[in-house]
Amino acid sequence: MLDSPAAGGGLVMNTLMSSPAQPASSHASSPVSGGFDVHGLGIDARPDTAPGAVRVSPTNGQWPMVEPGLALQFLRKMVLVREFEVRCMQAYQDKKIGGFCHVYIGQEAVAVGCNAALRPDDPMVTAYRDHGHALARGMSARACMAEMFGKVDGCAKGKGGSMHMFDRANNLFGGHGIVGAQVPLGVGLAFACKYEDEVMAGGALKRVAMSFLGDGALNQGSFHEGMNLAGLLDLPAIIVCENNGYSMGTAISRGTTMGHQITAKAQAYGIDAYEVDGMDVLSVYHEMHRIVEHCRATSRPAFVDMRTYRYKGHSMSDPRKYRTREEEAHYEADDPIGRLKARLEEEGILAEAGFKAMLKEVRAEAKDSVEFSDASPAPDLAELHTDVFVEPWGPYTGSSDPKMLGGAPRVPGFRAISNPETQL
Amino acid sequence: MATLNLVQAINLALIQEMEKDDRVLLMGEDIGLNGGVFRVTEGLQARFGKERVVDTPLAESGIIGTAIGLAMAGLRPIPEIQFEGFLGPAYDQICSHAARMRSRTRGAFTVPLTIRVPVGGGIHAPELHSDSPEAIYAHTPGLKVVMPSSPYDAKGLLISAIRDPDPVIYFEPKRIYRAFREEVPEDEYTLPIGKARTVSEGNELTIVSWGASVVQCMQAIENSGRDIELIDLRTIYPFDIDAVEASVSKTGRCVVVHEAPLTCGFGAEISARIMERCFLHLEAPVQRVAGFDTTMPYYKLELDYLPDAARVGRAIEDCLAY
Repeated sequence: MLDSPAAGGGLVMNTLMSSPAQPASSHASSPVSGGFDVHGLGIDARPDTAPGAVRVSPTNGQWPMVEPGLALQFLRKMVLVREFEVRCMQAYQDKKIGGFCHVYIGQEAVAVGCNAALRPDDPMVTAYRDHGHALARGMSARACMAEMFGKVDGCAKGKGGSMHMFDRANNLFGGHGIVGAQVPLGVGLAFACKYEDEVMAGGALKRVAMSFLGDGALNQGSFHEGMNLAGLLDLPAIIVCENNGYSMGTAISRGTTMGHQITAKAQAYGIDAYEVDGMDVLSVYHEMHRIVEHCRATSRPAFVDMRTYRYKGHSMSDPRKYRTREEEAHYEADDPIGRLKARLEEEGILAEAGFKAMLKEVRAEAKDSVEFSDASPAPDLAELHTDVFVEPWGPYTGSSDPKMLGGAPRVPGFRAISNPETQL
Repeated sequence: MATLNLVQAINLALIQEMEKDDRVLLMGEDIGLNGGVFRVTEGLQARFGKERVVDTPLAESGIIGTAIGLAMAGLRPIPEIQFEGFLGPAYDQICSHAARMRSRTRGAFTVPLTIRVPVGGGIHAPELHSDSPEAIYAHTPGLKVVMPSSPYDAKGLLISAIRDPDPVIYFEPKRIYRAFREEVPEDEYTLPIGKARTVSEGNELTIVSWGASVVQCMQAIENSGRDIELIDLRTIYPFDIDAVEASVSKTGRCVVVHEAPLTCGFGAEISARIMERCFLHLEAPVQRVAGFDTTMPYYKLELDYLPDAARVGRAIEDCLAY
């Protein structure tokens, strides 16, 4: 049943289903009464559409090593994400980060491996646990940290915060706080890729769009609506479920039907699905590279059950009462950074001294991001009124009396707000 | 009498109503095992069981839709939505179904539903975790909208909401969840929905506010040293316009304070009603102090966005000087 990872090669659909890849064939002989066939029982309208085949990728597989430069880049990025998140946790404790903070520790292989499988112009969109994706995508640690500090040098001018990492230059379309809401957005990005490349430019598909969601989002309507559209319109949408087993404090078995086999959900939408070991960056990279290129070649969607684990709580205020410390220790022993480091040492690509030097450099980068963000100024009060519309329309005043905003000359008596052009 | 904060008062009200009526049940994301995102339902699943304190998947539309079904069947569900910003996915169920069911079925079905929702800013959270959407729901016929500003009110209003035969959105100002304690009777009691509370009496000016802003207004009044009447609306809809009219007819001046954006905020409705009812008593135009017509900013600008005692104080000054 399992495909050998070492074999690599083309996309083999080893399906879990007893009867693989036979679209509508079981219905092909169904009687169609009166010449009408509203249920499509008698016709195979989309012969190229496999009914959501599932491919399971092995866990703890001995994945082929990539070329040393790329492997070291994987390690460096994963270490950067982890060290950055450690700094975030400290900064949060120091009350430098407001509200909520969802760290990515444990899941680093997913963002790093997936990003490496994409081209820079492939759009990416994710949910609120987004620092890792931002850094993997190429956002500077400074811009990422400053955003969390609510400072002007943040990627969204310090007005979005931890959950709102946006990076236009690197085609990262957020960072979104509403669970599952980004899935249809990602489908729309895939639609745009296909439309621009195939219809407007009249060529072959060049770009695919990757959307991330957590396993909790599997239960949101927006996920299912997005999946149906992606399947229906045959869009190059790669929808990656970072399945860390918990939606906040609810174990997947308590919150999701077929939680042990969420690829079943993709089958319902005619989308090919894959189970991938997300704790091994080589597994993620090899599998995602294959999936991405298949998607690019066929212009069709894919769903990935990316098996991973978050070492910390859902947010900084999560006491983790819903799981045991033993369980956490089990996954921590299977650390994605440790795994790659061991492989690199085994294969003579990296020595302990080299790792220490890398760690030192990365720690300095993370520390620098904090110092930079400390020094960066808070947004000016005027920023309250920017970026609401493309063409500014004001005064957006929070009072019947515009002078209460400060700055405007105080005049006796009231000025009713009737003509916005006279305000401020 | 126990001295409780707002979270404890709500927790106590839930316990008492659940003990009294086994039709009352709770549902929401992480409300059981985890006790809710703000720990408001702490201990309730252990006390009442998983069948009555139901941990749901992360699916607001499904939660509210299911609760509507439960309510139509005659139960008293109390779903929790973790933050007011997460009402978005459930908006259709609330406004298209819960609110209209009674009207749509010409009274054959009603939806005795209480949706508990933490609301408002002031906890350093970003947008979607700090908003004040009460006017949206007040604008939807068929919904009652309640927002307490103190532990005592929270308990009495929640019990009323649970017992109310119509759908109630019960907004809990998260900024004052644990900000202060006050004496809350251990026995059950109700406070009528639709009745305001006169927090302080005065003759020079009336302030109308609700939720966490009430606390800012109290501070502003103290700072001003003036003889000001403060009315806490407590229920946004149906709202106690009689109390507002009586006060403004006496003082002739009014400032309305809320966190939500100015335009079409519920202050606009209050202001219009005062104009209709108290026109000949007014000594000054009604003044509103509100959030801005922009998205709620992240925390470095949060306190500039939210009306505070200083901004309310300037409105008081200007209104009195008019």
